[in-house]
Amino acid sequence: MAMIYDLVAQGLQMILVLAVAPFILGVTRKVKARLLRRIGPPLLQPYRDIWKLMHKEAVMAHDASWLYRGTPYLLFATTWVAAALIPTYSTGLLFSWSADLIAIVALLATGRFALALAGMDVGTAFGGIGSSREMLIASLAEPAMLLVVFTVSLVAGTTQLSAIAEHMIHGSVGLRVSLGLVLFSFIFVAIAENARIPIDNPATHLELTMVHEAMVLEYSGRHLAMIEAAAALKLTLYFSLLVCLFLPFGMATGDKSPLAFAIGLAFYLSKIMLLAVLLPIAETAVAKMRVFRYPVFLGGAFATAALAVFLLFVSQGF
Amino acid sequence: MPLRIGLACVVAYLVAAVLAVVIGRWRAAPAVVYGAIVAISAAGLGSAFFALVSDDLNTRLALPLGLPLTGGALRIDALSAFFLLVVNLGGLAAGVYGIGYGRHERSPLRVLPYIPAYLAGMNFVLMADDAFTFLVAWEFMSLASWILVLADHRREENARAAYIYIVMASAGTLCLLLAFGLLAGPHGGYAFTAMREAAQPPLIAGLVFLLALVGAGSKAGLVPLHIWLPLAHPAAPSHVSALMSGVMTKVAIYGFIRIVFDLVNEPASWMSLIVIAFGGVTAVLGVLYALLQQDIKRLLAYSTVENVGIIFVGLGLAMAFRAHDMAVPAALAMTAALLHVLNHSFFKSLLFFGAGAVVHASGERDMERLGGLIRRMPHTAIVFLIGCAAISALPPLNGFVSEWMTFQAILVGPQLPHWGLKLIVPTVGALLALAAAFAAACFVKLFGTVFLGRARTAAARNAHDVDRFSLAAMYALAALCFLSGVVPGPLIDMLAPVAHALVRARMPEQSGIAWLSIVPIAASRSSYNGLIILSFLICSGVLTATVIHRFATRATRRSAIWDCGYPDPSLVTQYSGSSFVMPIRRVFGAALFDIRETVEMPPPGSAKPARFSLKVFDPAWRFAYGPGTRAIWTAAGKLNRLQFLTIRRYLMLVFAALIVLLIVVAAWR
Repeated sequence: MAMIYDLVAQGLQMILVLAVAPFILGVTRKVKARLLRRIGPPLLQPYRDIWKLMHKEAVMAHDASWLYRGTPYLLFATTWVAAALIPTYSTGLLFSWSADLIAIVALLATGRFALALAGMDVGTAFGGIGSSREMLIASLAEPAMLLVVFTVSLVAGTTQLSAIAEHMIHGSVGLRVSLGLVLFSFIFVAIAENARIPIDNPATHLELTMVHEAMVLEYSGRHLAMIEAAAALKLTLYFSLLVCLFLPFGMATGDKSPLAFAIGLAFYLSKIMLLAVLLPIAETAVAKMRVFRYPVFLGGAFATAALAVFLLFVSQGF
Repeated sequence: MPLRIGLACVVAYLVAAVLAVVIGRWRAAPAVVYGAIVAISAAGLGSAFFALVSDDLNTRLALPLGLPLTGGALRIDALSAFFLLVVNLGGLAAGVYGIGYGRHERSPLRVLPYIPAYLAGMNFVLMADDAFTFLVAWEFMSLASWILVLADHRREENARAAYIYIVMASAGTLCLLLAFGLLAGPHGGYAFTAMREAAQPPLIAGLVFLLALVGAGSKAGLVPLHIWLPLAHPAAPSHVSALMSGVMTKVAIYGFIRIVFDLVNEPASWMSLIVIAFGGVTAVLGVLYALLQQDIKRLLAYSTVENVGIIFVGLGLAMAFRAHDMAVPAALAMTAALLHVLNHSFFKSLLFFGAGAVVHASGERDMERLGGLIRRMPHTAIVFLIGCAAISALPPLNGFVSEWMTFQAILVGPQLPHWGLKLIVPTVGALLALAAAFAAACFVKLFGTVFLGRARTAAARNAHDVDRFSLAAMYALAALCFLSGVVPGPLIDMLAPVAHALVRARMPEQSGIAWLSIVPIAASRSSYNGLIILSFLICSGVLTATVIHRFATRATRRSAIWDCGYPDPSLVTQYSGSSFVMPIRRVFGAALFDIRETVEMPPPGSAKPARFSLKVFDPAWRFAYGPGTRAIWTAAGKLNRLQFLTIRRYLMLVFAALIVLLIVVAAWR
């Protein structure tokens, strides 16, 4: 019986992230539109978009291969699984130990690998440019992300997300400069990974500097629906990761009763909603960068995280 | 028992080599010789495997060969049994592949006899239990592979590659010879047992370590000793390239482990610092070089340099933890390095086989002249994709498991009490993350340019999939990449005796852990479960696809490329490999490489085509070898005058030399 309860709790988390992801995207779009003094699309528009795309005929180039057809599903599956393994409303769910923080980052890399290949599949210039830049961004962001992982796991003594969250809630972490620094660099990495301004602009097509949108330019119909859903999930994933690593208060830890879950859920939803409002505010304040400015942006993230690691060493004393 | 089987394998390989010389001109010769290789390496593989799991180890045997009075001592312990497994697995795969691929060999006599000889040499190195036998086998291995590099000797670049290879190999062996000389001490205890028992003073131990690092590192491809590797490995036929990259570099790593962990008594922290630093630099530079290559096989060879770097990071961490008596992390780092040895031999052999298939099918090694092969060679494409994903350290494949374990070992690094190590370990962690990201970019580029897009030349348009034997070898390796990624637990347990012999500890027993997870140190710290991840991925992917196909729509229409409304029908306007890496080259390469870009724009009105050329030079040549080479040339030029002296002057020189020597001898006394 306990097993079934655990399975339900895990399944609930899988459905939760999937269900909430388009809404989060809708909130960011709405807030951004309001900030630009537009009315903006309804909050539920992303659901409608995905629904519409799913029912449309998929148009593919004549020589698109099986890789091109399979990638949207693989991308969606990797993102969904990664998102479902991050503790949201409760720690220590049934499968939370099957992947730690490093494995979750690597799962996202699997999806990116497949998508970058799919961008090159039909041999267009736009697909190639998108893939190429995506891999540049990845190679700039991954070292920074690893240093973030390094710092967080040094503080918590583990790379297991559930254990990190529990440590942050119960442990005597206090205010640490290094955690503040890696929060900063984590946000930079998250912005780059989610193709947001100033790295990329999710709202444009036909802009010479686009990255993600260029890579998926050829996709249509149900395939595009999968990619859009995966993009929404990825944004939610990074929000949940931020919440789990840095603001896990309110999460159900020891107590696994439905009430604790409900409280955890309420906290989680309000926290990611807050982030979904903050992100567009930050975005409207900056402009899109040139491609060759990325190293400055992500190099800053790397330097900050490196500083955090070394600070941690110094503060821990010898 | 395993030792006798191993010895029988070596003899059988040598017999096969002689047989190949005799029957080399027959039409059936490749099938016979590769068939023999398959049989022998299967036997060797089986015996090594059973020796490792049943702990039937440490048998000794003295051969009446070699120097009089000493003979040749042989022994198989856990370490050599594991490496015998790697070598014979590579030999088995190469044999199966060769049955199909070897049929197209133009001059079989230049290849057939030397592959079994080469395998015999590698097997013998691993069984040697004294310095003399080790070095003879090592040189035998080097020479056999040197001949294989020269298989296609009419190409100018192969001759050059072989020349550089033989020089580097000799220099490396010289270093090993000196290392063994120092270990043997004044009494000449050349047996490994004697060396193990002798207590070396720290100075000698340090010198031996440095010599072993240079000697074995040059064979394995540590930067900056790697320069021969990307020239020599691609020059050989593809299955031999697979053996050189996937297996021989591992024999070199074996040599390093044998000397540093086994024969030298206690590694010091400064040694581990050097190994970790070289490993990290090698990993990043190796893959950056790989990114910039256009030749498929050379790209793979450079990526071998990267993986050797990752393995050396693991070994360096194991040394560091062992030096500070942290046995459990040492076992983790050691197991991670050894697992990467095994994993790299899987995917690198697979990738070289795939490259061989592409080269055979299209006649092109330049990836900018290929493209679209996923439609012409569907089977090769699938297995090559698996190899690419595995080497890019993507879950749920095997490359990720060993890199993840290396990262876990790195995360223990800050507990080391040594200042330098504390600081270098996170730095190397960031370097490895950078290398992993570059590797993903590199293999997206490789697969995307060669297999995806539209065929750039007629050769690529008319390519066809390869024969069944080659495909069988590749599919088997791809399956191994999958299996060892999804259920790595048994492999980790298999490595436990090896780790125990080297660092006196082992990783936690994996077979008892629920759901086949792997746990590097303790379950509360970190765990990973490839099986669950894979089943989650399959479930959610298949579920979504089914739901959409069933309840939404599955209508698909084929049409022309859209490309934002401006599709260019020309094949050359696709993104090429070098344009793919241009951003990374600009960002990271400018400081690290000699890059010469020249753009020739014709003036307006001229009908001449615009030209762009790009040359990338390995800076190791200029910085590490340039000064030495120049000094030798200068000295040779100056000394050249000695060739044209008169007889009187020669006599004077001889006399002067005699006087000087006499004075030296007198002063010495």
